[in-house]
Amino acid sequence: MVDTGATAWVLTSAALVLLMTPGLALFYGGMVRPKSVLNMMMMSFGSLALIGVLWVLYGYSIAFGQDVGGGLLGNPTEYLGLKGLMEDTTSESGGLPAMAFVAFQAVFAIITVALISGAIADRVKFSTWMVFAGIWATIVYFPVAHWVFDFSNDDTGHVGGWIANNLKALDFAGGTAVHINAGVAGLVLAIITGKRRGFGRDPMRPHNLPLVMLGAGLLWFGWFGFNAGSALAANNTAAVVFVNTIVATSAAMLGWLVTERFRDGHATSLGAASGAVAGLVAITPACNALSPVGSIIMGAIAGVLCALAVGLKYKLGYDDSLDVVGVHLVGGLWGTLAIGLFATAAAPAGADGLFYGGGAGLLGTQAVGAFAVLAYSAVLTAIIGFALKATMGWRIPEEDEVAGIDQAQHAESGYDLVGTFGGHGPSAGTAAPTSKRTSEGASA
Amino acid sequence: MKLVTAVIKPHKLDDVKSALESFGVQGMTVSEASGYGRQRGHTEVYRGAEYTVDMVPKVRLEVLVDDLDATGVVEAVVKAAATGRIGDGKVWVIPVDDVVRVRTGEHGADAL
Repeated sequence: MVDTGATAWVLTSAALVLLMTPGLALFYGGMVRPKSVLNMMMMSFGSLALIGVLWVLYGYSIAFGQDVGGGLLGNPTEYLGLKGLMEDTTSESGGLPAMAFVAFQAVFAIITVALISGAIADRVKFSTWMVFAGIWATIVYFPVAHWVFDFSNDDTGHVGGWIANNLKALDFAGGTAVHINAGVAGLVLAIITGKRRGFGRDPMRPHNLPLVMLGAGLLWFGWFGFNAGSALAANNTAAVVFVNTIVATSAAMLGWLVTERFRDGHATSLGAASGAVAGLVAITPACNALSPVGSIIMGAIAGVLCALAVGLKYKLGYDDSLDVVGVHLVGGLWGTLAIGLFATAAAPAGADGLFYGGGAGLLGTQAVGAFAVLAYSAVLTAIIGFALKATMGWRIPEEDEVAGIDQAQHAESGYDLVGTFGGHGPSAGTAAPTSKRTSEGASA
Repeated sequence: MKLVTAVIKPHKLDDVKSALESFGVQGMTVSEASGYGRQRGHTEVYRGAEYTVDMVPKVRLEVLVDDLDATGVVEAVVKAAATGRIGDGKVWVIPVDDVVRVRTGEHGADAL
């Protein structure tokens, strides 16, 4: 029997999560300089284009196929091209059609890859990014999704991943598989690709903060699908998670703004947007394990912690352009570990952390899960990153980077603001279209 | 003939325009400009990183006037644009060889 309520909620949630990637494109796009806004947004849209296809072809099978050994990898051929899943309404527990779960998990894969792009803004070839995205999804994200999200099912005989079933670390919506995974990949790529020209010398301030704030708002909106949708049912767990996703985010924004106000003298709009995302990242793994008040405390600490962490790149000298490390790696680590401290058995996950009398055992379990993903992602990303550096190369030529990557890589400009000179035919400002098709059309 | 050019604070543009209209000036060209003088720039902080922004937004105003009016126009601009604080801007005057009105082809003072 198909559970229509659960199916409706999970499909709706999948649409919400899909919107997060264009939201991320706006969030990141507003933070770069006007000459690279399109390339920044295209890295997210490139992930939407490529990862959706790979997910259907073999990604779902690697992540959610029958385990082929040690909880490390799903069988890549079991659901190749989603074979056999179009009429499968039974394999997911709770009456959820398999295709609804395929859709929901597809958009997770897409956003995880897109998150990485913020670390390497303004400077890498679009072609190298796309090749990286495909390889990284295949050998890093799909297996790690298997570890974390693929639960064994005794009724069907399905065997899933090791973090979910053997270690039993708590990660409700992807603190490890999504945020630690993408965050550390961003760090490694920022180091391998090198700094932007003029990093630390030239001002590289955000060119459009309203876009950043709109993007943060869309991310928050979509994140309700990400977290509450991960209940995979329209039930009490989804509702508790929903409230925690509101309140941890609000508290993190407060934490970031207060930190800025005392350290720098001003509460900034970029700080508000960043604090919201830091809170969303941190509550992602913990949203079904904490009480709403626990979420406030955990979220506020996330805001302060990430506001302090984004300054590290200047001290350590790596150009993580849009703070993927400071927000996603640090926020993801904090949220995953904080479960070991703030988890309460009263919440749907039903486990007590250190501060609720559960001892340090859960904290240890969380740490193993977090650092296993961190180490795997760091090593594999380094191998892919160096291999691409030696073959395709990462960087665009220096003059293209200075002139603007949008022109060099996409032959487009984000903005045409010289309106005074436009609208009077091809003689002023821009030349007439010169493509073959246009000239043929004109002569016909 | 003279060309009077003034670089002023953007919010004083309306005052300067009114003052010049009262003086009898018939036209002007206004453009957005950015730059700095002794005022220097200002600092902005993004995610804790401090940036010094050297270029401050200004308005550049250009007026073509008859030789006899130049001093009066400069005085009118200076009086209207002054706030007494650093960064009020500058006004300068340079000689102009010739002026042509495009519509009629008139030259010199007739074209003003």
